Amino acid sequence: MSAPAHPSPPPPGTPRKVIAIHAAAPGAATAPGGCSSGSCGSSDGPADLPAHIWEKVKDHPCYSSEAHHHFARMHVAVAPACNIQCNYCNRKYDCANESRPGVVSEKLTPEMAGKKVLAVAAEIPQLSVVGIAGPGDALANPAKTFKTFELIQQTAPDIKLCLSTNGLALPDHVETIKKFNVDHVTITINMVDPEVGQHIYPWVFHNHKRWHGLEAAKILHERQMLGLEMLTQAGILVKVNSVLIPGINDQHLKEVNRVVKAKGAFLHNIMPLISDPAHGTHFGLTGQRGPSAAELKALQDECEGDMKLMRHCRQCRADAVGMLGEDRSQEFTSDKLGDIAATYDPTARQAYRDFVEKERADQRAAEAEQKAGLAGAHEKALVAVATKGGGRINQHFGHASEFQVYEVSAAGAKFVGHRKVEHYCAGGYEIDAAMPSILDALKDCAAVLVARIGHCPMKELKEAGIEPVQDYAHEYIEASALAWFQARLAATRPSGTARVA
Amino acid sequence: MAYKIIASACTACAACEPECPNDAIVEKNSVYAIVTDKCTECVGHFDDPQCLAACPADSIAVDKSVPRYAA
Repeated sequence: MSAPAHPSPPPPGTPRKVIAIHAAAPGAATAPGGCSSGSCGSSDGPADLPAHIWEKVKDHPCYSSEAHHHFARMHVAVAPACNIQCNYCNRKYDCANESRPGVVSEKLTPEMAGKKVLAVAAEIPQLSVVGIAGPGDALANPAKTFKTFELIQQTAPDIKLCLSTNGLALPDHVETIKKFNVDHVTITINMVDPEVGQHIYPWVFHNHKRWHGLEAAKILHERQMLGLEMLTQAGILVKVNSVLIPGINDQHLKEVNRVVKAKGAFLHNIMPLISDPAHGTHFGLTGQRGPSAAELKALQDECEGDMKLMRHCRQCRADAVGMLGEDRSQEFTSDKLGDIAATYDPTARQAYRDFVEKERADQRAAEAEQKAGLAGAHEKALVAVATKGGGRINQHFGHASEFQVYEVSAAGAKFVGHRKVEHYCAGGYEIDAAMPSILDALKDCAAVLVARIGHCPMKELKEAGIEPVQDYAHEYIEASALAWFQARLAATRPSGTARVA
Repeated sequence: MAYKIIASACTACAACEPECPNDAIVEKNSVYAIVTDKCTECVGHFDDPQCLAACPADSIAVDKSVPRYAA
């Protein structure tokens, strides 16, 4: 790859019609150089975190939103059994056309999983993390989970290991988790009150008995809290996942956020309920709706204080492979593993990591430069970006299956979420039918930054009040979004002169 | 008497296998099965039959004629 170019100044802003720039709430603007919380700044860069924590998260795409531009993860589906039932999960379901947690196409033995990790590492140098996230519960299958970790440590010791659990069996396994140097654990905590929990969990299997209702939720809650405390005491980073279920735990999740933060969780990931009736889950079949993107963001914003909120979760499958938002698992089915694994060469991954280290420093410097130009500005806006990864605006509008959304303000460019859309372009043909849903997905965005865009969608975006921008093709996302915003502010202020320095 | 796993409902997750106090659960034709001679329905071991309580897919077929259920 060529040396990264800093974004050039945008062309002189021509007067444009009214755009969706929202004035920030009083007091919400960050004072230049100031910071009101432990999670200051727009990115989770090294400046925001203690050095030992940054070292742990910097290459983990799930724990660092910055890392998710550069690094890939894979889940190995060695853990099919589960010890609880959740109303949003159907353990019988398995479909190759589907992408959501709890689903896999092929279950693996630990030996096959070890081989698969090598195969993926050989093909995808961005691979930095292997996680066990089911499709059941990693710790309801402790023998398979830890055997897999052991094998990976033998063959590719530089790969970080992580696991996801509902927490029920967690206190029994903290010692083993330490022993295998698993330094990231995700616990799904949907409630800290069994009264709420009884509407989410019909039963748990614990101490040789199936418990139901309130009793079940009480046991799960106590085990989750104990496990969380034990992990944080052991210095293991904990991410808490919470499924936002409107009408059941939506308001309660603020309390969950407060409690898990107090107990030392590093990151909170509030995810929307997936409740398609076709999945056959209890919530799907009883018509329980999921939250809208706006409801989700509102709750995330409310919960974001001293603790980080994860905004870049793609709710991936238990056998997902690749960068977040992409799934290359079909390239690595068991029949293909042996040949690919044989080509494994760890130096390619090391070279990639060295490259990323430089690239990220450049990106942060470019962002800081643009941020300085916005000092004192009180406006903010949402900007959508088409990207294939690497932290650059490098995707054609029509090829995007999701847009990443950044909030730009004097505080910087902050990643706030992603919007999944249908491809506008398929095999060279434009699909006009996809456009209304894309416009709807981006309706609160002031601009969409792309590598290229055709005339028709450009016109439709403009008519919808969303500015299509190609000026920053192949440049850094954060710096470009801020540069665009500066130009936009300069163009829309009454005198036409920029108040920005 | 013994319990039986309904093969068509079994997802082969193996949640039952380590719970069985009699090592009566084996993998057979890509799903799991209970060895009839070994199954005691957990009588004398646990209050509840373990495979039944652990199965996330509720796929254990219960034979109601066994002593535990005859009472």
